[in-house]
Amino acid sequence: MTEKERIDEQTQALRVAREFEDGMVVNLGIGTPTLCSNFVPTGKEVLFHSENGALGFGEVYTTGEGDPNLVNASGQAVKSQPGMSVFEHAESFAIIRGGFIDITVMGGLQVSEKGDLANWLIPKRQVGTIGGAMDLACCAKRVIIIMSHVAKDGSYKIVKKCSYPLTASHCVDLIVTDIAVIEVTGHGLVLKEVAPGWTAEEIQRLTEPTLIIAPDCHEISF
Amino acid sequence: MPINKVVASFDEAVADMQDGAVVLVGGFGPIASTPSRLLEAVSKLKVKNLTVVSNSGGFGIEVWGEHDVEVLHRTGQMKKHIVSAPVNQWVENTLEKRYRAGEVEIEMVAQGTMAERIRAAKAGLGGILTPVGVDTALEKGKEVKEINGKKYLLELAIKADYALIRAHKADRWGNLVYRGTSRTFNATMAGAARVTIVEVDQVVELGELNPEEIVTPGVLVNRVVVR
Repeated sequence: MTEKERIDEQTQALRVAREFEDGMVVNLGIGTPTLCSNFVPTGKEVLFHSENGALGFGEVYTTGEGDPNLVNASGQAVKSQPGMSVFEHAESFAIIRGGFIDITVMGGLQVSEKGDLANWLIPKRQVGTIGGAMDLACCAKRVIIIMSHVAKDGSYKIVKKCSYPLTASHCVDLIVTDIAVIEVTGHGLVLKEVAPGWTAEEIQRLTEPTLIIAPDCHEISF
Repeated sequence: MPINKVVASFDEAVADMQDGAVVLVGGFGPIASTPSRLLEAVSKLKVKNLTVVSNSGGFGIEVWGEHDVEVLHRTGQMKKHIVSAPVNQWVENTLEKRYRAGEVEIEMVAQGTMAERIRAAKAGLGGILTPVGVDTALEKGKEVKEINGKKYLLELAIKADYALIRAHKADRWGNLVYRGTSRTFNATMAGAARVTIVEVDQVVELGELNPEEIVTPGVLVNRVVVR
């Protein structure tokens, strides 16, 4: 099989941002998920929460300016904006565990067909970082994972059972990969969208559990 | 005699620390919210076998131009690190090197659980019940309680000897205000130890801080030092 084109991280972020609705509180993980804030649908008011204690902040400074005392969870300086609030860590995680986060977007190493998530430790590295991932995965209303469909070595990332240590069980709602959009349901994984040029069969071959093909499965559109 | 929690130097502020102390270190990771000078002062002490509780494993002075918690690994003073984000994807930090060499113990904690275990200690509680960590490696060795059909882990309060924190302004009573996102674990840890020491940019006269804007009431603070 010749190498087909996959959608890039910006496009994945754009697709995820379509899930954001007016008035939602959204937490974005480090890395690709942070890109989602660039694609909030026009006219929608979405509040971003950052685990280090900020809600409703503005854009990320890209030029190295900004206040080192106003940063997101990645340590990037962000712009202040009207309505923004800041708070300490226990409050920040009360917001997370208390169910005030509508959507959390984070990266993933493995997602199982039951929606188990592993994203904090690669066993051969011995050490990893949990940060806010367990709290967010466990307690946000909706968990969206943005990741490559398969690992760099070609192994499955969407698996029957996670072999890496879990971040949380039964937590993932939607997986947006570089070739597909898959919803986790009580019946199994439902393939809802495919990247341009890809077929459901091709995506199945790169996915360990059996996919349920949605009747209206279609090409990702924006 | 008037209350005055302001001490003259960072060295004086940490001078009574003993071997084996449990030390909370405030901040999140970025240097602006880190009690850098207090950490530097501890690194000059002879104390060893410290158990340190902090969110980040530390990046080091080469990254920031000032010390973070990494300095206590550099000096080898830390025997155990209770931490949520010990390592990062970019560089192998001193903690990771020491861990691989078997020189330090790591206790992994989910970040929100760390915040609540600290807050519990401050609030006089023995621990908290959280759903975070159920079905994961963090469940090992912990009591699981089922309440209304949902599982929770019993997580014990972290009782500490010292809290080293950073704030923007203080008065001589120890009332504190913070800048922007620099409250993080600083405000959470204030009062969660036998001795809370705060590193501030500025000490102002009593009455200059607006009571409605004070985040940490002075009763939670024992010592104040100006950068």
